[in-house]
Amino acid sequence: MQIILKGLKLIDPQVGLNDKNDLLIEDGVIRKIGELTKEDQSNAEIFEFDGMSCVPGLFDMHVHLREPGREDEETVLSGSNSAAAGGFTGIACMPNTNPAIDSAEVVQSIIEKSRRHLVDVYPIGAVTLGRKGESLAPIAELHEAGAVGYSDDGTAVKTASILRSALEYVKMFNSPIIEHCEDESLAGGAMNEGEVSTSLGLPPIASVAEDLIVMRDIMMAEYTGSKVHIAHISSKNAVQLVRDAKARGINVTAEVTPHHFTLTDESIKSYDTNYKMNPPLRTQEDVDAMIEGLQDGTIDCIASDHAPHSIEEKEMEFIYAPNGILGLETQFGLVLSELVHKGHLNYEQVVEKLAINPRKILNIAVPKIAVGEKANLTIFDPELIWTVDIKKFKSKSKNSPFDKRLLTGKPVSVINKSKMYFEDKFIEI
Amino acid sequence: MPLSSRHLLGLHGVPKEDIQLILDTATTFREVLDRPIKKVPTLQGKTIVNLFFESSTRTRISFELAQKRLSADTINFAKSGSSTGKGETFKDTVKNIEAMKVDMIVVRHESAGVPQFLTRISDANIINAGDGRHEHPTQALLDLYSIREKLKKIDGLKVCIVGDIGHSRVALSNIYGLLTMGAKVSVCGPPTMIPRSIESLGVEVHHDIDRAIRENDVLNVLRIQLEREAGSSIPTLREYHKYFGITRERLQQNEDILILHPGPINRGVELSSEVADGPFQIILNQVTNGVAVRMAVLYLLGTL
Repeated sequence: MQIILKGLKLIDPQVGLNDKNDLLIEDGVIRKIGELTKEDQSNAEIFEFDGMSCVPGLFDMHVHLREPGREDEETVLSGSNSAAAGGFTGIACMPNTNPAIDSAEVVQSIIEKSRRHLVDVYPIGAVTLGRKGESLAPIAELHEAGAVGYSDDGTAVKTASILRSALEYVKMFNSPIIEHCEDESLAGGAMNEGEVSTSLGLPPIASVAEDLIVMRDIMMAEYTGSKVHIAHISSKNAVQLVRDAKARGINVTAEVTPHHFTLTDESIKSYDTNYKMNPPLRTQEDVDAMIEGLQDGTIDCIASDHAPHSIEEKEMEFIYAPNGILGLETQFGLVLSELVHKGHLNYEQVVEKLAINPRKILNIAVPKIAVGEKANLTIFDPELIWTVDIKKFKSKSKNSPFDKRLLTGKPVSVINKSKMYFEDKFIEI
Repeated sequence: MPLSSRHLLGLHGVPKEDIQLILDTATTFREVLDRPIKKVPTLQGKTIVNLFFESSTRTRISFELAQKRLSADTINFAKSGSSTGKGETFKDTVKNIEAMKVDMIVVRHESAGVPQFLTRISDANIINAGDGRHEHPTQALLDLYSIREKLKKIDGLKVCIVGDIGHSRVALSNIYGLLTMGAKVSVCGPPTMIPRSIESLGVEVHHDIDRAIRENDVLNVLRIQLEREAGSSIPTLREYHKYFGITRERLQQNEDILILHPGPINRGVELSSEVADGPFQIILNQVTNGVAVRMAVLYLLGTL
């Protein structure tokens, strides 16, 4: 089957592409880029995308799918639909499920459930059994089953000694250890420590809790020569630690979430639990440091930390409510609104942060917009002004602080695995 | 002139006129408490629920008494005695109680922000009786009332709050209320008990109890939570008393000082027994005034 995507601005820094061109896709493979002949157009279904842009399919390396265990909040299927609606063709899902992703069977079952979906789903395995920090999970088996990285996300790997073992063991596969950086003894509060926590009387979490583990992990990466990826970096000092480590040639990478470059702890003044997450929202200084880190390459990628929670769990007293917010369906709009349209990043950098770097970190082949390549694409309207509406989310959950927020730029369609998601439908192409 | 809000969630942002009105109204009710028949029909027909998700004796009794003095119908709900233990959510609990047609809710909870949460799920007037380490506005109002009663003014006074500021809802409400009423406020305690950036609220921070005694008109001495503090934020209670306890000897540095304490007192920790029973303190006046101040708050919100 042939389809033609007309009028798109194609952007792919990997092949130096940034101009308006038509695309001919046949059986899921890019056949032609540029002027199309009448003959080309005769057999194909034509999609008019005038004024829109197209980039290599976006990838979110930090998603919580809640399956197995909390299928009422999200499943592999609903999370994948949410990803497609948000403009993503690939996601990596975190192992803090119940049971944890600490056995080959769980890895296989997630991959099996996503096999026929447009969105590629790559499980992240647990570093330790049950994420308890005591003994190593069967990392080689997880790798063989399809895991692409290892993390005890929700907490940092408990001790330096088990972290050291993990870092050395994963060298066999060149996989990263993905770290939720938070010192356990300083954890347990409900929001960032500072002026706002003091005035709201909420138990605080010191930002140094993050910095300490970032520092530990950098030193462990240096000592072992292995790859550490800092998940959801959020403090100014942590960004500086990563910057210095990179300058010294240490193998460390980092991601930031849209909420950490958009919101501050001031939002919590309403005591709305949709602003409760871990790491917590921090100060404007920290937000500025995130943007600076994205600009100078200290922060390699943007990831959502998509964390679905049921309404009854979130609609609770602030200190009891669970951490985390949805991200997949607002992430790209926030990147465009907050980073591109405000002049912090250009589209090439966005492709790096959202499509190229996360896959590179996880050793996944990066799609290119080039003839002969499989079509793995995200199409978006960079100028469309729209209002976030949680009622329209494909996710099973609704916990987003961005409901009713006005954004500029919206994903329109994704293409992958000979499938296209467009206007709320999946189409075989 | 009515109050500018239909809830009392805290003293943060409450205008001076409102505080003034509450204190003036409390003066009227304070007189009622000295009459042989201490009851007025003001809130007859109003239903008030005291929702206490955290144990409290004096605040609950004080509110209950204030409600009875105003002839309101009152219901008490304590966490241990009701359905919360059976896994019912907070929201469902509140919705159920509200379905019984209540006019006002007085709430105490260990989580900051619960009174604000209640205003979103209930139509009743909400009165905060203490939320986490956030605010305890009626305590601060009765402190303001007691200071004004004794020293005839608040504006221009120097007030120091002493003790565990970080875990105290009394401290924050006092800071907001005192600053609004024109007092100069400082806090004094070991650095582990002073929350970060509290200076941003407009208070001075220091760690010298003798200086606090010398330089202030009023000390509001907070209770040290015996079970929580020793070993973590202070080495021992003995050491706390030695360096921050208010003793008769220390008070010789300022014979005009006024000492408040929200109770219950730990004798020999934050106050020596001699001071707790001595001439400088007005601890029991605070308790009596508490009923009058709560009557004023209930009356002003209930007849808005």
